[in-house]
Order: sequence, then structure tokens, then C-alpha cells
Amino acid sequence: MKASTPLTKNIGPENIAATIEQYQANGGYAGLKKALSTMQPNDVVETVQAANLRGRGGAGFNTGLKWSFVPRGEGSPATKYLVCNADEMEPGTFKDRLLMERDPHQLIEGMIISAYGIEAVRAYIFIRGEYHLAADRLEHAIEEAYEHGYLGHNICGTKFSLDLYVHRSAGNYICGEETALLNALEGKRANPRAKPPFPQVSGLWGKPTVVNNVETLCNISHIIANGPEWYRGLGKGADAGTKLFGVSGRVKNPGTWELPMGTSIREIIELHAGGMQDGYKLKAFLPGGGSTDFLGPEHLDLPMDYDAIGKAGSRMGTGTMIILDDKTCPIGMVRNLMRFFAKESCGFCTPCRDGLPWVEKILTDIEQGKGSVRELDQLAQQVWNMRPGNTFCALAPGAAEPLQSALKMFRKEFLDHIERGCCPYEAAETRFVGA
Amino acid sequence: MPKIKIDGKEYEVEAGQNLLHTCLSLGLDLPYFCWHPEMGSVGACRQCAVTQYANEEDERGRLVMGCMTPVTDGGIYSIGDQSAQDFRSAVIEDLMTNHPHDCPVCEEGGECHLQDMTEMSGHTVRYYEGSKRTHVNQDLGPFINHEMNRCITCYRCVRYYREYAGGTDLAALGRNYQVYFGRQQDGALESEFAGNLVEVCPTGVFTDKTFSGHYARKWDLQTAPSVCNHCAVGCNTTPGERYGALRRVVNRYHGDINGYFLCDRGRFGYEYVNSELRLKRVLGAAEKDLLATTATKDTKVFPEISPQKGVQKLAELLSPDSARQVIGIGSPRATLENNFALRQFVGDENFYLGVSPRAASLMEGCKSLHASPDTRSPTIPDIEAADAVFILGEDVSNTAPRVALALRQSVRNAVLDKARKLKIPTWQDAAVRQLDDGERSPLFIAATEPTRLADVVSGLLVAAPQDLARFGFAVAHTIDPSAPAVTGLSQPQQRAAVQVAEWLMSARNPLLVTGSGCQSEDIIEASRNITRALAKHRAAPVNTCIVQPEANSLGLSLLQPETPTAHQQHLMQVAQLVEENQEAGLGTCLVILENDLFTRIDPHIAERLIRGAKTVVVLDVLLTGTTQRADLIFPASAVVESQGTFVSNEGRAQHFYPVYEGSDYIQESWRWLADAALYFCQHNTEFPPHIEAMANWEHTADVDAALQNAVPGLAGISEIPPDRNFRISGLKVARQTHRYSGRTAMYANLCVAEKKQPVDDDSPLSYSMEGAHSEAPPALASSSWAPGWNSNQSINKFQDEVGGHLRGGESGLRLTLEEAGSDSGWKTEIPNAFAADPEQLLIVPRYCVFGSDELSNEAPGVRELSARAKLLVSSLDADRLDIRNHDRVGLQIRDQDLELDAELCADLPAGMVCLPMGIPGLPHIDLDISAYAGLRLVQRAATAPVSRNPSPDIAPETGGQQ
Repeated sequence: MKASTPLTKNIGPENIAATIEQYQANGGYAGLKKALSTMQPNDVVETVQAANLRGRGGAGFNTGLKWSFVPRGEGSPATKYLVCNADEMEPGTFKDRLLMERDPHQLIEGMIISAYGIEAVRAYIFIRGEYHLAADRLEHAIEEAYEHGYLGHNICGTKFSLDLYVHRSAGNYICGEETALLNALEGKRANPRAKPPFPQVSGLWGKPTVVNNVETLCNISHIIANGPEWYRGLGKGADAGTKLFGVSGRVKNPGTWELPMGTSIREIIELHAGGMQDGYKLKAFLPGGGSTDFLGPEHLDLPMDYDAIGKAGSRMGTGTMIILDDKTCPIGMVRNLMRFFAKESCGFCTPCRDGLPWVEKILTDIEQGKGSVRELDQLAQQVWNMRPGNTFCALAPGAAEPLQSALKMFRKEFLDHIERGCCPYEAAETRFVGA
Repeated sequence: MPKIKIDGKEYEVEAGQNLLHTCLSLGLDLPYFCWHPEMGSVGACRQCAVTQYANEEDERGRLVMGCMTPVTDGGIYSIGDQSAQDFRSAVIEDLMTNHPHDCPVCEEGGECHLQDMTEMSGHTVRYYEGSKRTHVNQDLGPFINHEMNRCITCYRCVRYYREYAGGTDLAALGRNYQVYFGRQQDGALESEFAGNLVEVCPTGVFTDKTFSGHYARKWDLQTAPSVCNHCAVGCNTTPGERYGALRRVVNRYHGDINGYFLCDRGRFGYEYVNSELRLKRVLGAAEKDLLATTATKDTKVFPEISPQKGVQKLAELLSPDSARQVIGIGSPRATLENNFALRQFVGDENFYLGVSPRAASLMEGCKSLHASPDTRSPTIPDIEAADAVFILGEDVSNTAPRVALALRQSVRNAVLDKARKLKIPTWQDAAVRQLDDGERSPLFIAATEPTRLADVVSGLLVAAPQDLARFGFAVAHTIDPSAPAVTGLSQPQQRAAVQVAEWLMSARNPLLVTGSGCQSEDIIEASRNITRALAKHRAAPVNTCIVQPEANSLGLSLLQPETPTAHQQHLMQVAQLVEENQEAGLGTCLVILENDLFTRIDPHIAERLIRGAKTVVVLDVLLTGTTQRADLIFPASAVVESQGTFVSNEGRAQHFYPVYEGSDYIQESWRWLADAALYFCQHNTEFPPHIEAMANWEHTADVDAALQNAVPGLAGISEIPPDRNFRISGLKVARQTHRYSGRTAMYANLCVAEKKQPVDDDSPLSYSMEGAHSEAPPALASSSWAPGWNSNQSINKFQDEVGGHLRGGESGLRLTLEEAGSDSGWKTEIPNAFAADPEQLLIVPRYCVFGSDELSNEAPGVRELSARAKLLVSSLDADRLDIRNHDRVGLQIRDQDLELDAELCADLPAGMVCLPMGIPGLPHIDLDISAYAGLRLVQRAATAPVSRNPSPDIAPETGGQQ
């Protein structure tokens, strides 16, 4: 049975998790059995690489390629780890939550196969602290998997053994950065690490480690069960597979849907999200979460794939869009995002730690009509300060993306605020209240 | 060597280094904060950005962080490129959004790396108009101020404190722009290396609290190169003076010794110099009853007498008088010059070492081990490079703290090797520390307590001194079976001995650390066998760090005259002599040099010794128990007021200079003795040649010249200090900075006429701001300064490469000690195993970094912390006696009754306790003869014991903008 929406095939309208029986009845754990009985670990890596699965956490790196950097086989370190990044904190993003709450076994199976591929002996799900429902359901599902012999010693009667743990995060956006996540998992401050060494060589507790996003790992069992050709065929455009796309903002039907890679933005917003609410027009949108550049209505016909969105000057990120309508103050929206990033900075490097609070302050001033034109130059300077490479990790460059595009796209609105000495949107009752 | 281009100029540079290190080593100015030459790169501050070009055609280039970028052959970089300049300027502007700009009231002002770097970045106008983040500060104890609002969040403090120095009670707390560097709760920082935070912090968050009490700007301090006298490591220091008082001590870089770091005893122990107990005048004692008071008969009062009168009285001791004997008692805390002058004054045969028999024997043993062809004396960098370390019977954290800090680095060699294999540069500090999954270069400690290095050991043996010696003998036997074997060793100890031997034999740079800390000759003997066995195995001498307790212990032992009675020139011998003389109707006159006998031997014996003497003359710095019993007292200069030489544990003779002239009649002890010799020669027609020679001593150099003639082992020491006639372009080296303020008016409150500057014709230094400044050679350079570099980090400009050696050569002379007599073969006297007696516990000495040093105990901060000294009790004995942690316990040792707090230790074997030595308020217990004591509970600890890490308190992070 080859579903066109493999990731969500077990997810119904009710907020309940698929049990292991339901999961197995719908083809679950077939991929695992196939991998363990017919494939060598390296075959798993090569199959995933051939499927052209790209990381669903936002960076879009080829998953199989990432795995291939792990030292494997004889002579390699005996202890290796697999870590699932379930610290879904990107503003506007709620796709991993759906996958974990509704179909926990899909993630577990994907992790067991992945761990087999990279020869990991232990795996962790590092889950956002607020996702307690998902964590509870995962823990229950893990118990079921142990009972059914899918976890623990000699899985499915083979020599392969694996333990899987759920680790609830104490919270921090930076924990989504894979090396900061590893530090947090070790009980240290969640500061990103220097690279090299990359986690694949020296990660958790100094051992080779792969960190993958929830959605990425959920794809694995389907790729193994159905083959890479099938998977590549799922995509509409250049990229392979399906993806959970989401829309939030003033649309009629905000939510998340599994659609082929390369589905057009217009289809996602107008068909699946039901279009804009009555009385509101689409002014701009962030295509892949809070740390991506704004795109405008002229980009609606772009396909959601990594390269197309990249060419348009933004990033596909997590594939979950935040819509800015015509009655919401764009400065307020950006200010709100900057407030988030300023608070979530780990505090390690200067441009991020001290630059973002300053940006937030300037935007607050401008929004309240107390800004000056000179401050726009300061914002531009801050964007320049936070260019990739100037900061220690990608948090600040990501945070700068909506700001830099807003400075270009909404220059008129910025100047309006400054010249009028107040927010022109105040009267229109709709200051942006949060992503 | 790779060739690189920086701003169009080609340089040949060291391969594998990072760009920041390279630029600084080339003498280029590139601002930085989080990087430190001793701690490497983490890339936090983003201040050292430079532009890197892909090739000659690339005109735009891209920004890279200098500290994170390895130099590559053919690399093209620019510091001056506009975008790099703009970025560095922007980083300063970001950092300054929360910095309070309170330089005028900040004690870092004038030596602030943040000020220097801000100037260097060229950033002058700040546009930030918002409110600033504020923090609540903490009380971090007697040594360090905390002013978190000034923090620029470079993370250097926690990287130093936690990762480098192994502290646990200072951490980065909170996140984003509110990151807070502090403790969970107020309280004294636990690490004995916390004081380095003052110099590691690039701004004024951590400043010297002792300095605050009598603060002066760096440029207003008069300084001279000095050497720390609070242990025998010989760290180089820069003490600073103003208005005749010592204000502070900071680190003086020495590439072979202390590098960038001191211990807190050395940094903060200086305040004894300003103590009220300081002797400043010549005092002659008179019997109190002569003054017709009700005081008891023995109580003396000390009316001041003129120095001339004092010298005259001292000279009287030189007249031949068959009815008396003049005995000189030297001191391991006095300089070579002072000890030698006393030896010459009283004659070789009448010179005694001023220590107990056990201490004299240990000094001899240490000296002999030093001189052994099997040993080589390691520098601190040698210790850091050791890849297998065996510590036998020494608690270096308390007896030679800077060595302990170096040992803590040595265990990282395994991880550094791993990094090299993975091609990760060792300066990539965070990355290398990330690789550390617990492997360490072996460090095995065999000691009487776990010690503060216990967190990094590969193995630990806690035992009584005799068992430690037995273990040492067993290690030697395992390395070389021809060494005598130990019988009756327990299985685990036997296995450990094999393990230690394997580690030492397979290491590239094995290191043995031993010393007199257990007051056990057996341990020195065992060390002797280990070095002999290992040297034979390696066919090369073994790095052996031999720790002695005092600044000039080794130097003093070199001065021991070669008389037939050698090895017996100790205080018991003096006591015996005094009594024999008494019986024979002879009077004994004691000249005691910088020594408190009551802390050296059993107080009863000291008492008998002093009471039996006809005359007691004391030359000392402080009013001590001995001084109070003297008939004639001369004020001796403290190290910071002296020129002189100490011989460190390393065997390095180091010369130091007075920072300022002591007040009143203070002068070096040898000058009092030389004055007396001169007086004697002037008033007598016949005088022995050695007294005549002494009478001609005018300069320290004269003493040194006589010293090296008289003591073969000290050959060359008169060449250590640059000659007093040394000049740079005709100028002396100035002790005062070129910015020294108020010179013409600073004493105007006393007299409006400008005070004449004191003249120093004893050294190439001047008490003036006139003279050479930064051109001075390392031996004369007390304070580094370069244009744009006002902080201590200006030392970059004076090193052959940053973190390397000082240009012009490291100061000091490593002495070559010759072993007296031929190789004596294996030591065969293996002691019997310790047998615990539940009734009588063995007393083992315990040294405390704060409390066991006589002089620093007079510094109020050190005294405050010395109260933390506790009696270490085995948990096994404690259970039996119902004693709990922190309980007040009593010890009856011979006729001495002591009370102190107990600290329980599960590692300690039953039947012994470790008694802190030298603690103010506790009587001195002579451990020359094995001491045993009964232990009893006096008082239950009042409250529940305070754990080292109390339960989480409210977060100190408060305030802020939101």
C-alpha cells in the first residue's frame, strides 16, 4: 500500500495517537523488518541518500549524505548516538507536534531504522518542554515498542540493539541548533559548539552523533519500505517526497497539511488554508517560519521547494508560512519576532546577544512613533553585523532575515511611522499580536 | 613556514596557529576579548574580525574571526580593510550598549583591556539611547569585588575559573543579554586561584578588593620586579606602592614559571607588609620591673633606641669574649644575602639553619635529590607538558599552588593528542574540550588526603606517610626489580604500584612530584629510588618537582656550612648548646634572622632556648613571638623593600628589587650586620678579615660577590642581576610610570618644598619617573606598557610570540647542584607499615594555602580564610567517636590541648588525623617526633552542615529592560 501522503496516513480528525496495533495494521514496522532482515546498515544510508531526502528542520541538507559522514564499520567508535531534534520552537511552526502527538510510532520506527543505518547504540528524542502531550504519547509508544521487541536487546531477533529515551527540554529556541541541543542534552548550557569537529565525528559526549528533525526521521520507514524511486516520485518539482506545510495568520483555515514537495504557495494558501479572511488582503508572508525573509504576493506561484524559494531571496525553512495581512502593522510584526529572537539568544556571541535587543528597542520606538530615519540606518547596520559568518551560529543571521526583507519591502511603512509620529495601523484595531 | 600577506606586507609565520595569535606575535594591533593566550579561542566576542581574500584577484574578501581562522600558506588578509574595521567598531558599539561607561569610578580604569580595545577599534560615538541592563552584585569574599554591570560577556572568567583552574562555584547563569557570571549565592570564591579573575577579566567586573581599600591608579603606582615569598615556586610579581604603603601585587609574566597566573596567597598575602605588627625602629628591651610597674618580672618593654646605639650594641657581639658564644640562627624565609651575612657575622661554625631537626634533614634530603644525576628540575611549562604524573606525599595545591595549577593542565595532554590526531588545532579550545570524553593523561596521587586535584586524578592512594613511602618504594621496585622490594603490601596497593610504574615507564614526559609536605624522610628516600629506577629505564634524568615549604628553603640549605657538624645545624642543636654553655658558665648570645622559633620547634624548647640565652638579638619584619622575647630588635625590610635573591624549588636563583624604601629605619638585615661590622672595625684595631670584608659591603652586589666565592654551589649568582651600573642610553630604569602623577606635590600636606626623590645607588632602578621605561630587560621590567596597551595584556608586545618567552631572556639562573659524595645506590630502609591505634591517632601535617604561611597570615583576607582550616578526620574514626562533619573536636597532643572543627573524609584510613599547620590561634605542634593524640567531641555543629553547593537560591538575575 503506497500512500500519496505517507506521513499523515495514520492521522485522523480526532486528537488521539495511533496505537501500535493500528500502526502495524497500516503497514507500520514493515520498513524496520525489511531493513533488519534484508539490508546492511550501509544499504540504509545509501537508500536514504538515493531518495534525496533533505532535512526538514530548515537547512535542507541531504540526510543520507549527513549520515555518511559518521565513521562506521570496523574500527569505528563502538558508541554512536542518534538524536531526534523535536525542539520545535520556530515561530509559526507546528508540524512536528502533529506527527509526534498523532503517530508516535512512525517517528520511533524511523529512528530505529536510522540508528541501524548509522550503527547507533542509543537514541534520544530531545523534545520541546511545552510538548508534554507529545512527550507522554511518545513515552507510551516507546513502552509499546519495547514490549513488541522493536526496542531493547536483539531487535526483531537480530543482533541489533537500541535504547530510546525521551528527553524533555528545559526550553530555549537555541536548543534547536543541533550542537546547542547536544550541550543541553549533556546537561550543559545550551550554547552552540565550535565546528569542526562536527557532531557526526564528535557529538554527544564526544561520540559520533547524528541529529535529525522529527519530520525527517518520520520519512525513513516509508523510504525503506517503498524504495527511493517511489519517494523521489512523490515530489512535484526538484525535491523529493512530501512535506508538512502550514499556514498561520489571517486565513480562513489555518493549519498544516501533507503535500508533495513543490506544491505552489498559492495552492497552499488559497486551497488548503482557504484564502484570506474576508476583508483582509495578503500583504506579504514568511514562507518557512519566523527566521525567513518576507516574500510578497508576486511570489505566490512559486513552488515550495528549497531552491525555488532560495532563488526568490528567502528560505523554505520549516515550510510553515506566517501571513502578514494588509491591516496588521508590519513593523509590529517584525518587532514581535525580534523580541522573540532577542530573548532566545543564548548570549554567547556579541552581535546576537547585544544586537538583537537593540534592534527590538529601535523597532519598538519606531512602532510607537518615536523613531528616526537615522535609526533605519542602524537597523541596516545591525542586519549587516548579523550576516552569516559574523556570528557564532545561525540564530542571528536567521533573525536578521525577516528584518532585512522588511526594511526593503516596508520602507514606506517605516517612514510613515517616523513621519507621522505614531503607528498608522493603530486606528485599524489590528496591531500584530503574535505569531 | 607558511608565508602570508597582511595588508599587503608579506610575513613568514608559524604553521598551525590562528590568525589572531599570528597577528599579535607579529606585533600588529588587532583587538580581542574572549581569546587568551593561555586559554585559546572560542569565538564568542567576534572582536578580532579581519578580511580574508580568496586570492590576489579577490577585492571584496569576506570577514573571518582572527581567533578562529588557521593561517594557511599563501593566505591574504587585511586588518585595515574598511569592512573589517566597520565590523570591529560595530562589535564595540554593541558591547557598549550595556556597559555603564563608569571608567572614572572604575578601578580597572587606566589598565582596562576594554578601554584599550575600544580605542583601538576607533569607535567613538555611541548611538544607543535605551536603558541599560543592570545586575545585583555578589559578595565574593575578602579578595574580589564584583560589579556585573560592567560585564561585556566575553566568558573569559568562567573559562578560566572552571575549565582552566578547575573551580566549580562560578558559572555563567541566565541567557541572552542578561547572562550573569557569579555564584549561586554570595560567598567567598572557593578556588585558591580566583585572584587571577582580576587580570583575566578584560574590564572591571572582577577587581582586587584588597586594593580597593587603598586604591591608586596603575600609573600612580611605583613598581619594581619582585618575587613572591609565600612559597617556594618563585612566581614573579609586580608589587605596587604609593605613599609608602604597599597597595597590591599583580602577576609579572615569566615564561618558565608563573606565566599569566598567580595563586591567591601570593597575590593577596602582601598586606602583612602594611601590618600594625611591622617593626620600623630599633628597639632595646628593658626589664619591666626596672620601670617599677606591677607587670610580671619576665615581661619586657621595648623602648626605642637610636639606630647608632643599636648597631653599637650589635657590634659588641663581635669583640672576642671567651665567656660567651655568639650563635646565628638563619631562616628559610630570608634571602641568600641576609642568611649569608649572618653566617659571616657569627662565623661558619656558629651558623645554624633555624629549623627543626626533621626540617633540616628534609632540606638536606631535598637538596640531595635535586643534585642527583637522576633528576632534572622541571619548569612550570615542563610540568604542564607531563603526560604521566606521580605525586608522592605532597599536597601541592596547598604547598606549591602554582604547580598544582600546572598539573591540572598536564592531565589534558591526552585530549590534546586526540585533537592533533583529528587535525583539530589545540588552540580551538571549545572544540578540544568537547572531545574530552573523560580520558586523561595519568595523574596518580599518593598523599595523606585526597587534595584539591582529586577531581582530575587517574588514581588515588590516601595513607599514612610511612605507607606512602612504602608505596613509593614498591613503584621503584616495579620499575627496576633490582630496587629493594616491599613486603606485605596489600593487593590493591600492589596493583596500583604496577599501574603507576607502567604509566611512568611508557610516558614520553613522566614527572615525579614529591617534597617535604609529609615531614617524612622516608618519602624523600622512596622518591630517590623511583627517580633512580626511572632514570635507568629511560637512560635520561627524570623530571622531578621537589616541593619545599618556604621561599628560600633550598637556598638556605645551600648555605649550610661544610663543617664536621653539618646535618646537625638545627635548632635542637642550638637548644642543647645553650644548655651546655649554661652549665659551663658560658653565656650564649643568639642573633636570630627573620625567624619565629615558636613556629619551628616545640614551643617549650623554644622557650628554654631563649630563656637560656644571655642576649637575644632579632632582625625581623614583624613583631613575632620570638621578637617579643628579644633584647635587641632591628627592623628588617620585607621582600618588597629589599634587594636580594631566593632559590626556588626549581633551583632557580631569582633576584628581586625593592619597590620602595622601607619607612623609618627599615633596611635589609644584612645591612644591619654590615653596619655592626663597620662599627666594629672603626672602633677596634684588630679585627678578623671576614669582618673587615663585611665592613666594606656597601651594595647587594658586594654581598653576592662574597657569597659566590664562599659557596661553590652558588657560582654565577652575582651575574644574575644586571649590574647596578647598568644603563639604557645613559638612563636607569624608572620605577614610576611616565604618567606618574603628583610627584612634585604629593607630600605638600607635610611640606610645600618638593621632596627629594630617594636615590637608589644599589640597583639599576631609579625611584623616579625619569629613566628608561618599556625598553628594560625582563629582569628589570616590572610593568609592561606599550602605546595603546595599558592593561596587563600589553605583555604581548614583549614576548617572542604571544604566550611564549620574554624577549631578552627569562630572568633567573638555574643552579646546577652537585651531589656531595658519590652515588649511594638504592635506599634500602623501608619503613614499617602504619598500624592504626584507635586510642592514639597519628598526627599528620596538613598545609593550608591560607593559614600555613607565617607572613601572609598577617594579611586580613588570608587570616579570614585561614579560619576555614579544619582537622581532617577519617569517617571510620568519626563513626566510632560519634563525630560529625563540622563538629568542634578536641585533640590532646602531649601537653597541648587543641580545639578545632572537624572535616570528615571517607578516603582517610582510620587511625590518623591531618592537623592544619601554622594556623593563627592554634599552638604550634612539633611533629619532629611522631605525635599521637586522643580525639574527642567538644561540641556538636550548631546547624546542619552547609553543603558546598547550597540548594538553588533565587536567580541573581534581576533588573533589565523588560
